[in-house]
This record gives sequence, structure tokens and C-alpha cells, in this order.
Amino acid sequence: MSSVKIELRKDQTDKIHTICDSFGNQEGELINVLHKSQETFGYLPAEVQELIAEKLEISAAKVYGVVTFYSFFSMTPKGEFPISICTGTACYVRGAETVLNEFKKQLEMEVGETRTDGKFSLSCLRCVGACGLAPVVQVGDKTYGRVAPDDVKGIIEEYLPAGL
Amino acid sequence: MPEATLLANPVKKQIRIALRNCGVINPETIDEYIGKDGYFALGKVLTGLTPAEAIKVIKDSGIRGRGGAGFPTGLKWEFASKNNSDQKYVVCNADEGDPGAFMDRSILEGDPHSVLEAMALCGYCIGANTGYIYIRAEYPLAIERLKIAISQAREYGFLGNSVFGTGFDFDIHLKYGAGAFVCGEETSLIHSMEGLRGEPTLKPPFPAESGYLGKPTNVNNVETYANIPVIFLKGAAWFSGIGTEKSKGTKVFALAGKVNNVGLIEVPMGVTLREVIYEIGGGIRDGKAFKAVQTGGPSGGCLTEKDLDIPIDYENLIACGSMMGSGGMIVMDEDDCMVSIAKFFLDFSVEESCGKCSPCRIGNKRLYELLERICTGKGEMKDIDRLRNLSEVIKDTSLCGLGQSSPNPVLSTLDNFYHEYISHVEDKKCTAGVCRDLMEYFIVEDNCVGCTACARACPVGAITGERKEIHLINLEICIKCGACMEKCKFDAVILK
Repeated sequence: MSSVKIELRKDQTDKIHTICDSFGNQEGELINVLHKSQETFGYLPAEVQELIAEKLEISAAKVYGVVTFYSFFSMTPKGEFPISICTGTACYVRGAETVLNEFKKQLEMEVGETRTDGKFSLSCLRCVGACGLAPVVQVGDKTYGRVAPDDVKGIIEEYLPAGL
Repeated sequence: MPEATLLANPVKKQIRIALRNCGVINPETIDEYIGKDGYFALGKVLTGLTPAEAIKVIKDSGIRGRGGAGFPTGLKWEFASKNNSDQKYVVCNADEGDPGAFMDRSILEGDPHSVLEAMALCGYCIGANTGYIYIRAEYPLAIERLKIAISQAREYGFLGNSVFGTGFDFDIHLKYGAGAFVCGEETSLIHSMEGLRGEPTLKPPFPAESGYLGKPTNVNNVETYANIPVIFLKGAAWFSGIGTEKSKGTKVFALAGKVNNVGLIEVPMGVTLREVIYEIGGGIRDGKAFKAVQTGGPSGGCLTEKDLDIPIDYENLIACGSMMGSGGMIVMDEDDCMVSIAKFFLDFSVEESCGKCSPCRIGNKRLYELLERICTGKGEMKDIDRLRNLSEVIKDTSLCGLGQSSPNPVLSTLDNFYHEYISHVEDKKCTAGVCRDLMEYFIVEDNCVGCTACARACPVGAITGERKEIHLINLEICIKCGACMEKCKFDAVILK
């Protein structure tokens, strides 16, 4: 799956076992198990998937198949402040693309990347259902509405007062 | 996340049925829902009607599925009720994935009990005692409010064993989506509920015969359910008195894009797009000219000026080359390039195609590439024919609703904005000024002060001009990188 192997600590494997147990180790609960695991670890590395597969008695390929099918699941760690730009239709016609380009430029990174210092990751998402506020940007749980390219610098600085 | 925005002032022409309690009651207090006649319909039906009689009420009301396809809800329930099984399921499709639509989210956040009550009613009608709400993980507030609502309903005896002391058991659980648009398709949704990849399967068998875990399952959308309790309270005749001949009741639309008033509106079926955009939406922003309105999300099409006076209902929208879909309504003005809009939707469909069938997986990708070529000035006239042919093939041969409808944005823009395709291909011009590759950089003589900043920034030496004299861009050399525009402090470099 991924080339870098990570060692799971005892408390981490215990945690996964607890999650699987809480859903009765049922194959049909795989998506719920993955949600909980991602909440705990921030992402779903191959090692976590293998452990879940073992516990639910299904193949690792099946778990991997599900993880890669759904966009909510990630196999790479997100940044400390994950930035998501909504590219739903309403945001698109209100200029989400120019906002996205501004973020790319300011942060010098592409969509899907996490900055090497682990501070920011940049992603696009489809419609958060706040179309009245278009274009919308989310940083972690915080939502910014009616964002213009000129606002981008200010948003980044909120999370990085010392500057880039 | 802020709560979904409702229009502050309910404007005339609106009738609120599905949204009747949104913004009116505290959704975290069951007593307030009861105060608005909540759970009265459930009590009335459980104690006074047989399941067959109750299904007849829904059939007579004429309500059709609000999730997209518009299948008659009463018929769906009847099918599920007639299939005998030891176990049946009621499922609520809350995987609202259409970009630009957020009515389901508003209902779940603003009036979660109405959905729970309707699901219990459905359970009684079809003979099911378990319900699942399949909800997007992207809607944390809706999830929270549903959890509260379910526990309150259990406490009051509206869910659980022997509801209203009638011996009818019904309980509801949540299942979470994980970000896959195709899961709005009911067979995909059911596979996802089972913990699998959300890939669709051929129908028949329909979920009413073989759905969740192979048992008869009734799947309806949030907005459909939100209408159900009112229909039982006010009667089928009242409901079917609203709307058009074949489309009864109201529809919630998420009005967004380039209109002055954005937000959710609920209007009776049969109002016109003109009324929606100009009277409720307050017209186009910044005094610009209306160009198109896109309905039905990535599966729908773009409607134009000529369609503005057609009464909105399921049939009419399809006849115009679009569809009702879940009710997203995105208004576009003269600054929107319709070829780019088609490309935008195709990009979505390519991304969201599950990959199971090749027409959708490969066909949409090829459509996207053709549009990309046209938008970057590499298109030829044959590409326009290719677009149309390929679109027809994808529509005819895809496995599920996603692929069968994904070419709609292309076909409807080809029909209504053929001249824009032509100008992209033949003249290599984007009249709306969106496709950057088709635009060129110019220096506005009046603004240029001859500071030489642009000429120094140009990586290919395309800009000439002496200090304090007007500069000029040589378009033959220009690589359209935009460095000059960025460096100019006098707004003298423009793109057109």
C-alpha cells in the first residue's frame, strides 16, 4: 500500500481493537469502524487497515477498496490546519477557483498536499451545503463565507501569526 | 459550520410544507415539534388506519420522490408492503451530494422529528420495524440533532417498542456516508450501508424486493419524508390541490449563484423560473444580464431565457432538457462561460464515477478531455460532433443514474449555447472571458505610465517600450503567464 512502514504502538493497536469491538467486529460496520479510526489517528495508514481487516476477518484488499472508494477517508496525514475550498457549483460560479489559486500561490502547494512542516494541507470539497455563503472555505471546523482572493492572506495568517 | 441559510423574509408565492418548522421551532426540543402537531399523524394513523388505507392516502396525494427521479412515493410503499418477508427496512437517503443543494441538510438540522415521524409511518405502512438514516459525514450538526431527536422520541415512546401502545415496534439508527456522490443512487446507498464500496447494481431487483441485507427496503429522500406527516394530517385532497396536474405539492429549491437573494425557497409546483429568479430571487446581481439557470445538479441541464415562463414540474423540466433533481438552482449571468460550466460538471462526474461500468468511467473522462481541448483553443469542429455522439452513448449504456445523466450538462449547453462552442472552436474566443487560454493580454494605453515593471517581469521578452512611454505586448511571443499583470501597479495590463 504505502512505502513507508509505520510501527503501531501498543496503545494504538488496543485503540483499534476497542473500536472494532464496539461495533461487534461486524463486517457490515466497516465504514463506521473506519470513521472512528480516522477520527482517532487523523488518517488511515496501511497498518491500521491491516489490523482492522484482521479484526473483522475480511481481506486487507477489501478494507483498502473501501478506504480508496470514499473521498472522506485519507491515507496520508492531514495538516494541523486542514484547508478545504468548496468547489461545489454555487461556489464555482462565485469564484472559488480564483480563491483556490490564491491559496495555492500563497502556500506554494498543490491540492492534496500537506506542507512539510505539517501545518497546512490543502483540499477541495464538494458542497458543504452553505451555498448562500459562496464561495466557502473551511479551515478545520471553522467556516469562512464569501471569501475573496484578497481575504486569503488574512485567513492563513490567523493560523500562522508569524507569517509564512 | 453555520446553519444553512434560509431566506430571511418568506416572500409571496412561497408555501412551506417540507420546511414548515425550519427556523420556527427549536429542533433540539421534542415538545416544540409536538406543539406544531408533531407525531399527531403517527398517532392518528397507528390507531385509525390499516397500512393499506394509509398507503392509499399517500397514493391519492400524488406525492413523488423529491430526491430526483420523481417516482410516485405511494407506489413505492405499496411495492415494499406487498413483498412478504420476516424483516423489512425503511431507509432515509440523507446523502445529499448534489453540489448546490442543501434542503435536506436544513430539514435535518431544523426539523429532524418530521423525518423520524415519517419513517415510522412508512414502517407501519410497509411492515418494517427498523429504519436507517444514511447521512453524509460532512453534516456534523445534522447528525448531532438527529441523535438528540432519536433519543427524545424513544423517551416519549414514539420510537421503540409498542409505539403509542399499539404493539407496533419501530426504531431508527444512523449510518454514515463517507463522501461518494454515487451513494445517492439507492442500490449504491444500500451497498454502502452494508459496509461495501458504494457501487450500483442493475435494477431489477428493486430495493422493494431485495434491498438492505437482501430484505425488502423502502428508500426515500429527506424532503419526501418531511412532507408525509402533513399529508396525513391535512389529507390527500389538500395536498393534491397544490401544484400541477402530474406534480403535486411543493418543491424546495436551493437558489444560489448570481441572484440577489440566495437561500432555500419552497414554492408550489407550477411556478415559473421567472417568478423564482426575479420575484423571489430579486433578479440578477450587479445589474448583469441573465444567461442561464442550471437545475438538477451534475445530472441536470442549463435552461435559458426561453424556458423562464414554463411552469416548473417534473415533466416540463425533462422536456426542456434538464431535470428536477434534488432542487439545486444555480443562476448564471453573462460572465459565465457555458463550455466551462459543462466542463465543471464533467469534472465532477469523472471524479465521482464509481468506475464499475465503462461507459461512465471512460466515456465521461473522454468527454472531459474533449471539453478541455475546446476550452484551451485546441478544439476542432469534429470535436463538437464527437461530444454529442459520445454523450448519447454514455446516456444509453451506463449502469446507473449517474452515468445515464452525466452527459446532460453537455447536451443542454450544446442545444442552448451552440454558438459559444463555435466561437471557442472556430474563432478561438471565449466571449464570457473565462477561458484564459483563449484570452490575450493587452496594455491599456491610458493607464500605462511606462514604469517598465511589466517588461522586466516578462520571462520571454514579449513586452517592449521605452521608460515613461507606453508599452506594448507582442502577442506572437507572449506565453500568457500573467507575470506582467501581476507586476503592474496601475491596472494597465488587462486580459480580454
